[in-house]
Amino acid sequence: MKSRNLGWPLMGALFSSSAWAESKFNLTQGVTEVSHEVYDLHMLVLYICTVIGVIVFGAMFWSMFFHRKSKGFVPATFHESTKVELLWTIIPIIILIGMAYPATLTLIDIENNDDSDLTIQVTGSQWKWHYSYFDQGVEFYSSLSTPRAQWDNLSGEGEAKGENYLLEVDKHLVIPANRKVRFLVTSDDVIHSWWVPAFAVKQDAVPGFINEAWTNALEPGTYRGQCAELCGKDHGYMPIVVDVLPEAEFDTWLQTQKMAAIAAAAAEKASLAERMTLDELMALGETTYQAACAACHMPNGEGLPPTFPALKGSSIALGDVTEHIDIVLYGKEGTSMQSFAKQLTFKQIAAVITYERNAWGNNTGDLVQTSDVKAETGK
Amino acid sequence: MTTATDVIHDHHDHIPTGIKRWLFTTNHKDIGTLYLWFAFIMFLTGGSMAMVIRAELFQPGLQFINPDFFNQMTTVHGLIMVFGAVMPAFTGLANWMIPLMIGAPDMALPRLNNWSFWILPFAFSILLMSFFLGGAPNFGWTFYAPLSTTYSNGSTAFFVFAVHIMGISSIMGAINVIVTIMNMRAPGMTYMKMPLFVWTFFITAYLLIAVMPVLAGLVTMLLTDTYFGTSFFSASGGGDPVLFQHIFWFFGHPEVYIMILPAFGIVSTTIPAFSRKKLFGYSSMVYATSSIAFLSFIVWAHHMFTTGMPLVGELFFMYCTMLIAVPTGVKVFNWMATMWRGSISFEVPMMFSIAFVILFTIGGFSGLMLAMAPVDFQYHDTYFVVAHFHYVLVTGSLFSIFAAAYYWLPKWTGHMFNETLAKTHFWCSLVSVNLLFFPMHFLGLAGMPRRIPDYALQFADFNMWVSIGGFAFGLSQFIFLAVVIKCIRGGEKAPDKPWDGAEGLEWTVPSPAPYHTFSTPPKID
Repeated sequence: MKSRNLGWPLMGALFSSSAWAESKFNLTQGVTEVSHEVYDLHMLVLYICTVIGVIVFGAMFWSMFFHRKSKGFVPATFHESTKVELLWTIIPIIILIGMAYPATLTLIDIENNDDSDLTIQVTGSQWKWHYSYFDQGVEFYSSLSTPRAQWDNLSGEGEAKGENYLLEVDKHLVIPANRKVRFLVTSDDVIHSWWVPAFAVKQDAVPGFINEAWTNALEPGTYRGQCAELCGKDHGYMPIVVDVLPEAEFDTWLQTQKMAAIAAAAAEKASLAERMTLDELMALGETTYQAACAACHMPNGEGLPPTFPALKGSSIALGDVTEHIDIVLYGKEGTSMQSFAKQLTFKQIAAVITYERNAWGNNTGDLVQTSDVKAETGK
Repeated sequence: MTTATDVIHDHHDHIPTGIKRWLFTTNHKDIGTLYLWFAFIMFLTGGSMAMVIRAELFQPGLQFINPDFFNQMTTVHGLIMVFGAVMPAFTGLANWMIPLMIGAPDMALPRLNNWSFWILPFAFSILLMSFFLGGAPNFGWTFYAPLSTTYSNGSTAFFVFAVHIMGISSIMGAINVIVTIMNMRAPGMTYMKMPLFVWTFFITAYLLIAVMPVLAGLVTMLLTDTYFGTSFFSASGGGDPVLFQHIFWFFGHPEVYIMILPAFGIVSTTIPAFSRKKLFGYSSMVYATSSIAFLSFIVWAHHMFTTGMPLVGELFFMYCTMLIAVPTGVKVFNWMATMWRGSISFEVPMMFSIAFVILFTIGGFSGLMLAMAPVDFQYHDTYFVVAHFHYVLVTGSLFSIFAAAYYWLPKWTGHMFNETLAKTHFWCSLVSVNLLFFPMHFLGLAGMPRRIPDYALQFADFNMWVSIGGFAFGLSQFIFLAVVIKCIRGGEKAPDKPWDGAEGLEWTVPSPAPYHTFSTPPKID
């Protein structure tokens, strides 16, 4: 009796939502109404399955213990019973209806993309995300910021891994709290999937099509997710980080971003007249190369043939400069080589091309200036 | 008349020896054996790739292989286990057992039978060859376009031709099963008197004939998209990448039932045998199997809830998917009721069968959870899904294959297997397989996506456990190999019917089963 009195509260504690939420064994409750509903549904089905499991497995173990040949148990001869069989067809159907009803309500809620306060276009590409705030003139790429030295242990021990290892990016997506934010999700190349568990939002990014999703985060904070659909070599290296800011802070942030965009445009214009030295170009080129190109063409320029060709000694890096500029600007159709015209500034492109033409023994001595790149876009 | 039969007998009794026996054989038992060995070799091949995957995932950080090779490993592991291990193992069992169970002298189309086996090694040679010719398929066993078309590493052609050959082999095998069952049952064996094992293979064969051509069509479209400039799956040419997924899963969902229905048939044979009690609800089992087969054609898009389907579509596929729980539940309840008040003993086939029922049901539970579209948005493409399908495929299909192998090994070899060794195989597999797959549920719920070569630090503990479980499970399978080899080479002589509760025509012939059986059909009353 005593042990039973102790047992129930223990069981209660084990299975109550509070003890299970945010544990490393369970789904996150998230920070939106939808994610809470999803969590509740998840727990509902989990409990139902547990009960059914206890009954079915219990009956099986009961027979295994008591209806044994070694105990001399004489087998019964029954082998059908319409009544019982009807019962265990109908009862599951009723349980299923009980599960389908709340699931339907939640699904209708999830698919209601109307009346949003803010729309953000999310574009996946190998292997980064691009965010564009509609009617705000703010857009940026967001890619993994964990240094290669932390994750690449192939040649010896890597550096110590940071707290948000593989879940950190250079530019966070920022959204306001308590406002309905609509995401228009698409892709530039293969299928990706934009997933933030705390919002219970997972939406495939399909090239050529636009999918909708929405969230309304109740609590400010930083939430992390990852690409969920296999999208090629660096599928595991395109995380998502979302900052949810209180409304006023968000407005300030947006203003700063707009000013920054204007300043960047001005800087880009100014850089056209600039003549950089080989050393300057090589220095900027190397950083840009490591951030934007090394994932495929590898830090040593040797690539991963046949999908990702080497740049070291390649006909493009050693050949005609304009062709080289062209392929970096616009990519190469039918291959993984994407267009960098939108992703990098003209100055960065000039630097990276100079770097590629002079690093790893590609000693062409060519200098590509910002104006050369700009000239190529004008054609 | 007498002379005619004698002549035929003389001709048949001549068994060629050496390689010719196996190359030119039209004997269902020989072909069954070939299939089973081929499946086991492929199981070890695909398994070794899983070991590479688990070694890489043992700790965070890239330790052994680069991400591209990691993707090749996951892709080829999946393809080999599905098309090379599980499906051929079931076809092998069908070949060996269906004629013996329905009292037929052989499969209906013996030459076709030979061919459907012997093209398989070529299919897998092409697939595996690609590793040395610029890289194996790296786009997942689901080969979603455009990753497998425009963005492929050049392995698409190898992949497509390998799949075509596997498909042809499966279709021919399925035709053979259907023709045999329809035409060659012993007099008096009506459809509703067939062993449930035969029923499940019969229904499976129909599923194969219905969906393998769909897969063939799909890979052909993939081929022309990649090499001949068509745009079935490319939006820039007016196509649709999601169309690919609809066609793939129209094949893919019945495919997963192709890999589980025969398992239902196996445990419906073994559980009554070791419970010494007739199978509970035989006819409801037949109807449940048929309804599962039917439902499998109208649930495919539950693999695609996140692709941006309209609400009505999501609701339809959610409801249909949840419905599958009903016939599947009936099966589990029937097995439970078969055991209930039986006289149970725990021989190795029974141990694997009981483990099958419990662990497959756990896989069924996670399947039910995945069916709920709103929650699937969280589960989709995470380790939760990996846990789910490994519970139904490894502790489901594979465990049933082990149950079948142990159940019929005495009939095949004429010897009893070493029980201690076999029990060791069972317990090692049982413990390690749960260590391997159960924590994957937690990983998925905590947010680890599938198919990633490296992961965030909060996933490190479970991944290490999973890898340890994986290595242990992999090693345990060599015990099985040892049991089988020992059993072939010798051991206690097996009686015609080594299991006292077993029923069926296969136990009326001697052990080992002679090269030709049931030349005169048995009489069933």
